[in-house]
Amino acid sequence: MAEAHPVGFQWVMEAKRRGAKVFHVDPRFTRTSAVADTYLPIRAGTDIALLGGVVNYILSNELDFREYVLAYTNAATIISEKFVDADDGDGFFSGFDPETASYVQDSWQYEGHEGDSGSGHTAKERETAAGLRHESHGAQVHGETQRDETLQHPRCVYQILKRHFARYTPEMVERVCGIPQDKFLELARAWTENSGRERTGVLIYSVGWTQHSVGVQYIRTGAIIQLLLGNMGRPGGGVLALRGHASIQGSTDIPTLFNLLPGYLPMPHHADHPTLDDWVNSIRHPGHKGFWGNARSYAASLLKAYWGDAATPENDFCYGYLPRMTGDHGTYQQVLNMIDDKVKGYFLLGQNPAVGSAHGRAQRLGMANLDWLVVRDLFMIESATFWQNGPEVETGEIVPRECRTEVFFLPAASHVEKEGTFTQTQRLLQWREKAVDPPGDARSELWFFYHLGLKLREKLARSDKPRDRALLDLAWDYPTHGPLAEPSAEAVLREINGYDVTTGRPLASFAEAKDDGSTAVGCWIYSGVYAEGVNQAARRKSRHEQDWVAAEWGWAWPANRRILYNRASADPQGRPWSDRKKYIWWDDEKGEWTGYDVPDFEKTKPPSYRPPPDASGPAALAGDDPFVMQADGKGWLYAPSGVLDGPLPTHYEPAESPVRNPLYGQQANPTRKVYDHPVNSVNPSPPQQHSAVYPYVFTVSRLTEHHTAGGMSRTVRPLAELQPEMFVEVSPELAAEAGLAHLGWAHLISGRAVIEAKVLVTDRLTPLRVDGRVIHQLWLPYHFGFEGLVTGDSANDLFGITLDPNVLIQESKVGTCDIRPGRRPTGAGLVDLVDDYRRRAGIPPGHGTPPQLTTEVRHPAGPSDDGPREQPR
Amino acid sequence: MGLRTFIEGWPVYRQLTGTDPLGRGAAAQSGHSAALTARTETADSMARSICPYCAVGCGQRVYVKDGQVSQIEGDPDSPISRGRLCPKGSASKSLVTSPLRQTKVRYRRPYGTEWEDLDLDVALDMIADRILAARDETWEDVDDKGRPLNRTLGISSLGGATLDNEENYLIKKLFTAMGALQIENQARI
Amino acid sequence: MIPDANSLYGPLDPAPDAGWAEAGPRMGFFTDTSVCIGCKACEVACKEWNGVPDAGFDLLGMSYDNTGALTANSWRHVAFIEQPRPAGHRTPPFAGNPTGAPVSADAAAVGAGTGGPSGTVPGVPPGDPDAAARMVTGPTAPTTGNGTVGAPAGANGTAAVGNGTPEAPANAIGAPPAGTAGNGANGSQFLGMPGAQPPGRGTGAEGRADFRWLMMSDVCKHCTHAACLDVCPTGSLFRTEFGTVVVQEDICNGCGYCISACPYGVIDQRKGDGRAWKCTLCYDRLGAGQTPACAQACPTESIQYGPLDELRERAAQRVATLHERGVPEARLYGHDPTDGVGGDGAFFLLLDEPEVYGLPPDPVVTTRDLPKMYKRAGLAALAMVAAAVAAFVGGNS
Repeated sequence: MAEAHPVGFQWVMEAKRRGAKVFHVDPRFTRTSAVADTYLPIRAGTDIALLGGVVNYILSNELDFREYVLAYTNAATIISEKFVDADDGDGFFSGFDPETASYVQDSWQYEGHEGDSGSGHTAKERETAAGLRHESHGAQVHGETQRDETLQHPRCVYQILKRHFARYTPEMVERVCGIPQDKFLELARAWTENSGRERTGVLIYSVGWTQHSVGVQYIRTGAIIQLLLGNMGRPGGGVLALRGHASIQGSTDIPTLFNLLPGYLPMPHHADHPTLDDWVNSIRHPGHKGFWGNARSYAASLLKAYWGDAATPENDFCYGYLPRMTGDHGTYQQVLNMIDDKVKGYFLLGQNPAVGSAHGRAQRLGMANLDWLVVRDLFMIESATFWQNGPEVETGEIVPRECRTEVFFLPAASHVEKEGTFTQTQRLLQWREKAVDPPGDARSELWFFYHLGLKLREKLARSDKPRDRALLDLAWDYPTHGPLAEPSAEAVLREINGYDVTTGRPLASFAEAKDDGSTAVGCWIYSGVYAEGVNQAARRKSRHEQDWVAAEWGWAWPANRRILYNRASADPQGRPWSDRKKYIWWDDEKGEWTGYDVPDFEKTKPPSYRPPPDASGPAALAGDDPFVMQADGKGWLYAPSGVLDGPLPTHYEPAESPVRNPLYGQQANPTRKVYDHPVNSVNPSPPQQHSAVYPYVFTVSRLTEHHTAGGMSRTVRPLAELQPEMFVEVSPELAAEAGLAHLGWAHLISGRAVIEAKVLVTDRLTPLRVDGRVIHQLWLPYHFGFEGLVTGDSANDLFGITLDPNVLIQESKVGTCDIRPGRRPTGAGLVDLVDDYRRRAGIPPGHGTPPQLTTEVRHPAGPSDDGPREQPR
Repeated sequence: MGLRTFIEGWPVYRQLTGTDPLGRGAAAQSGHSAALTARTETADSMARSICPYCAVGCGQRVYVKDGQVSQIEGDPDSPISRGRLCPKGSASKSLVTSPLRQTKVRYRRPYGTEWEDLDLDVALDMIADRILAARDETWEDVDDKGRPLNRTLGISSLGGATLDNEENYLIKKLFTAMGALQIENQARI
Repeated sequence: MIPDANSLYGPLDPAPDAGWAEAGPRMGFFTDTSVCIGCKACEVACKEWNGVPDAGFDLLGMSYDNTGALTANSWRHVAFIEQPRPAGHRTPPFAGNPTGAPVSADAAAVGAGTGGPSGTVPGVPPGDPDAAARMVTGPTAPTTGNGTVGAPAGANGTAAVGNGTPEAPANAIGAPPAGTAGNGANGSQFLGMPGAQPPGRGTGAEGRADFRWLMMSDVCKHCTHAACLDVCPTGSLFRTEFGTVVVQEDICNGCGYCISACPYGVIDQRKGDGRAWKCTLCYDRLGAGQTPACAQACPTESIQYGPLDELRERAAQRVATLHERGVPEARLYGHDPTDGVGGDGAFFLLLDEPEVYGLPPDPVVTTRDLPKMYKRAGLAALAMVAAAVAAFVGGNS
């Protein structure tokens, strides 16, 4: 955190000053480790084993915050008798379908709810990254659940959890992660001791956590711990994601993502959502509990915002205009399609995949095979010049005179040359005022897309093709100002907020959204940001003039709430858990919830409220159900649906690992998304042969001095000079083993690429003892590329493409490689070296992905050994 | 300048007659030093902004003099950052005023080996033509069972995490209306 | 007006002494290295505000320090010191891991020779590989006598003044310079390649369990007795009303006397320009009642700006707190008005001996003996004294 988010880290230092203990877990000793109380070096890709160990420590010692767990989580809920845990299935939960390498989730459901998973197969959900839509709400539950308040029922979540994590002993943590037992216990002890009524502990992760084939389950494991310890919805608690781009939260809320529409409404699927009703009902699940019941209002209001007067109740608000998904249309699928000549044109908007995405060579080859490419950026980035200066030009794989891609480079306006909102990592929208005009041809995206839209409509004005109606009927009329005819960002924000179509009055909250076409709302979860016609995101009341929650600085979604699920900061009766940790509580006299923040609860629903038996929607949630966006109002220790690779997190090895999974027969996540494409390959892992060809584990991350793919830092003089060259960090032990000299050159080889870097031999890296062996890890910054003031080979070139099944994010925080002293070969010699390694590793040309399921039988006497792992794909 | 003023401004005179006999302080202060003032004080305007790098969301104050950014520093009022900035945030002025910034449209024609200049309006027009052509070429009305698809898989887009919400909103709205589904950003990466 | 008896040596409030009759409290920096995270925001914020040019794009191999030293083109410099030594207050980071021998000696030795051109003179000076190697090894080693002139690396500043050699002035080359200079006792341990045998074949935890990564943002000390300004023949260097020491860019003629006068090796000349440049404590910002750019940017309040009296009080409290919390190695540096420079306007909380950070252990104002010299001159030509003071000590002719 000190490394990549130094200013956020001031609050950790503040806490430390007040006596907080800071633990830092990282494969490499970073600037955060330097000031932490305890540093735990970990083998990259094994965090579930570590956190699972903490869960086991809590449960086997009964150290959970019992009152919280009982009242606020689904610990007491009984699970279907059909459920078989991965612990009994050698790494597979019940319901696995080897044909599609995905689960049917019926057997995971709550007792009596076996039909709730709906879709049956989750293969389709994987293709469409359906897990992402749960960013604003949980999966659905219908009707009442069966509970055992004593937590003794063998099929209650608490007992299932206990059995599932029983294997994650301190010995196992040491064996898998390479973390010595006493250090692990120090962490487990401190975490539990600092949680409860009087104290809370916080888990902070950076989004490298998401870049694993089990990334979502990493975060799930953290959430389970925080629920067990009563750290959710309370001040000083939670699971905090440190996101890495100024408005990456905003670009998920108002998504530039293929599978989502604003506010986490799913993009319609051709087979599942032929009509508006099908679509809406798939979101709101009529009769189910929870706040998602109003989905029709959000959906209709979005379509109204899109198509204005043309959208009417009679024509289903132009629902028919929406494009439909048929499967995976994610960025990696797109790139493979580019290589396969299926994509004509590509827009890059402040993004540099030639350096920043996994498998850089595939990215560049894809771009070299387009009809046209539009790059909008501040600087001449690698993704704009791949045809001229890319590494493939040197190897002869891209020949400029033979590369047909037409490239438009359009200079972009910087953050001070336009106005608008960023949504930062805590969901806070902050408005930026414009300081100066953009130079020369530089324009905002707002300008570019608005005027592009006008131009397209102008060109299509006489069209009578049905396909063009969606463009021609689009509500595309924003006021502009100035000599450049810049559209008004504030007018767009007002549309995002939503307004009454008749009066034009901006809505005060999403509760005012209607499903009859009388309201238009661009992004329902942002509703309220323009309440009363005031740009709430532009509020800048000084921190000196308000309390520590600072509710009048910017605006947070939803409803300017700063801590989500803050009803949990009070006990079931509505009293603060302790005076020290007071945040939101029930005021009996006034008959409402009150406190420092906006209560995340219906304001006047008393703690004693119990829903009538036939209730649905929000009314079905009781007065002590704090997790209001979950269908049953409970924090989910166990997820009966919504997570595709298991209701509970399970340790699988990374797709590339030198280590055999010590916990289960199944080596890697059986549901991971794999692309079997000639350009893609995965290095062999045990029990496959030849994993020793790529013997070392490598991981990549950021340096304080640089930003992502370097487009905004390697081009900036005072930053470029602080980290001027690509380097690789190795331990003295690895340096000795591989013959590397400090500040000498080394090159690293994976199944995809070979890159070179200067060597930094440092005590900050350490070998680990894993499962009886010594494992070496090395670390690289991923900021470098071939353009800018300072240049170097790109670490992301080393990675292949394997994705998490829930959100289709690639595993680009761990892989295997070899490292050798000296510079890499150039030209054809470079290709030969990669090929030679692949040959030795047994990676066949044109088909480089290993079997998804592990075929080796590991525990012949295992209890339920009919596991699908014996059925190779 | 009169002779008297000239002499009184003379450092040795000041040294011998003033409070600084060793001439190491007040008497040594040059005219330039005496006239120094923080350029934030003399800026024409100040915009309240947010750092463009990571997602912590630190407050920035952007000072402008004669139409140019003259200083960017932390906003002490921000409850998030309390006026502080990391090295990247601190380098924001160098970022926006960098001589490496591109300010002209550049064009590389198919099979070209060099960049060429292109007028912005022409570029916009050419891009619009290419969108419509790609769309026509790859349009899918319905699937094999006759269910609507309304889309093109011939156009892709990547980016948005560094852009404004308002910009992402228009991007998604326009692409969706043109049937372009393959819109992605850093959140997938 | 008679100069204070302590005008050149001893405790003094420098601004009034320099003729600022209505000076406010003396302002300065307290840099608390125990909370420094090495982010280098100070370096960048300084450059952005003061328009300082880049100092070259060189990977120095000294941990994350690619700045190397304070130069005319780097007025803040964050040093990074990696050592296989306990940090005292925390769990050993690598306890139980199959580590071997530490590497820092190797890294430091190689790194010590990597100073690149910084566009300044003398710029980032070449380090002493032997000293660099020596300083990192071993958990403890007896320190050399305080103030030993010519102590390796870190004390080069002192050495330079003592020798008067312009080639070897300034700070030890950045990051892991100097150290508890172990009298060479550990020098023989450094044999090139680390790790006598492959890891994991020994007992398992035979190597470095402890490790610490110290970081410190260094800056001009704004000495109470600033030799640089005493020797400045043009009056370019002067004492401000805030008690700070500033080079006036419109006066400096690039003579370079100040460079060898500085006991800390801070001052440096910019090539092409020829003038001396260093931290001004953001004189222009101070005048407007603002905080210097580095202190304003510092995310963790490692760099604190304020009235020196308050800072000294706060620093003493911080040391006491750290001692209570089991960090006995915390100590202040440059805070003492009775030290060789009369105390620094920019002082530090360190977590080890100053040499470890490349700071001279006992700096002394190099013009301490000036009065004696003047006396002799006075005997020869009494009538010339006033003129001599004016023209020689700090005149502005």
